[in-house]
Amino acid sequence: MTIASVITPSPISELRTSVEKRSGQNILECYQCGKCSAGCPTAYAMDLTPRQLMRGIQLGLKDEVLGSTTIWLCLSCQICSARCPRQIDIARVLESLRILAIAEKSKPAEKDVLLFHRIFLGLIPRYGRAHELSLGVLYNLLSKHFLANVALLPKMLTKGKLTILPPRVKGASEVKKLFAKVRAVEKQ
Amino acid sequence: MTPRVYAYYPGCTLHSTAKEYDVSARLVCQSLGIELRELKDWTCCGASSAHSTSDLLSIALPARELQAAEEMGLPLAVACAMCFSRLKFAIHELNDQATLGLVSDIIGGELRNTIEVVHLLKVLEEEKEDLPLKRPLTGLKVACYYGCLLVRPRDILDFDDEENPQIMDHLIEALGAQSIDWGFKTECCGASLPLTRKDIVLTLSHRILHQAKQLGADCLAVACPMCHSNLDTTQREIEAKYKDGVGLPILYFTQLVGLAMGFSPKQLLLNKHLTDPLPMLKEKELA
Repeated sequence: MTIASVITPSPISELRTSVEKRSGQNILECYQCGKCSAGCPTAYAMDLTPRQLMRGIQLGLKDEVLGSTTIWLCLSCQICSARCPRQIDIARVLESLRILAIAEKSKPAEKDVLLFHRIFLGLIPRYGRAHELSLGVLYNLLSKHFLANVALLPKMLTKGKLTILPPRVKGASEVKKLFAKVRAVEKQ
Repeated sequence: MTPRVYAYYPGCTLHSTAKEYDVSARLVCQSLGIELRELKDWTCCGASSAHSTSDLLSIALPARELQAAEEMGLPLAVACAMCFSRLKFAIHELNDQATLGLVSDIIGGELRNTIEVVHLLKVLEEEKEDLPLKRPLTGLKVACYYGCLLVRPRDILDFDDEENPQIMDHLIEALGAQSIDWGFKTECCGASLPLTRKDIVLTLSHRILHQAKQLGADCLAVACPMCHSNLDTTQREIEAKYKDGVGLPILYFTQLVGLAMGFSPKQLLLNKHLTDPLPMLKEKELA
């Protein structure tokens, strides 16, 4: 990679094109002021700050961007989008990157976060609604963090905050169909 | 004139971890003559997991609830901030005719995208002048915590200021309590990371609790079950990790309204919180 290609955004970047198409945002609008990173509550824990991530997309650094912890530690709090002086919806960009990373089957840098989303969504067509206890048990087993949040369990149960049995709603079968139709459309 | 009958979408947590939010909301609304008609057979809005993995799914799941409210011909009232956010996003995306057509096919049946979605905080704030107060919350200092999902992005949610919202403060003040001025009203609590990155939730929730405590708040008022869970259930861990006595009861705003209207702590399920608010309320002679 030449120095010129590093400082000048690559005119044709497959990554940037697909992010722009998915998010509807113009990535080249970003002038790297860093307000997104200053306000981001989880920037301290990310390997690339949101500003660096935006630069990475401009430069077409696909592996670095899709392999970052940034996309999985984003809380969708939208503070970056609210403060961006270029009116870029950065949270939307991050959302698109997550979806893209899943589509590309790239290895998630925070694999537990993706696992959590998968388990959460796996339970919805089954029960129609979320069920915290099933979610927690499945997450602990599949992530192998067997003791995660277990200390809270007795108190949550005695306070009646957790229902033991999953909800039973008629709508569950409709939701199952809805999921199948969405998957079918997305495959096309 | 505000409509007094709403379709009501409680959302999953209000039937489990946030039951006290549902119960207190219904009690307060009922006694104010606001009718909440629960959607029949409602299902999950997809929460943060759907929009992190599939654009289409994140619109189709809430669209199912919008369709149910359309059939009832009523505006849709929501208590959970996450559900509110997902429903408002879906409405926004469904303004695109191609998306509306595609999503209608997926959920089956007609969808016109004509429903107005309102958060219960707004519904009750509009009643603030006419609340029948039996036990004004005099002497109670409340830090109103809005979190992210109620206020951002403003152009889609159309709720209140993105960083210094006032709606809850106005309601709390109308109850006779004092709402404190503070800087963490809309700072994120750690959202859906408590199972996966608890360390982040502890860091973020600690900052919020710490400032509220420093400024002399007696409790936090919230409008989101996820915020409630992160701020209420982590306090013991936070105190151990940061050696900082942050203990503060976290109450749903509906519970504070109910308390001021004279309902008992038991009716409002104030005993459900992990950080017990009763000693503080008794000391203030509010329970």
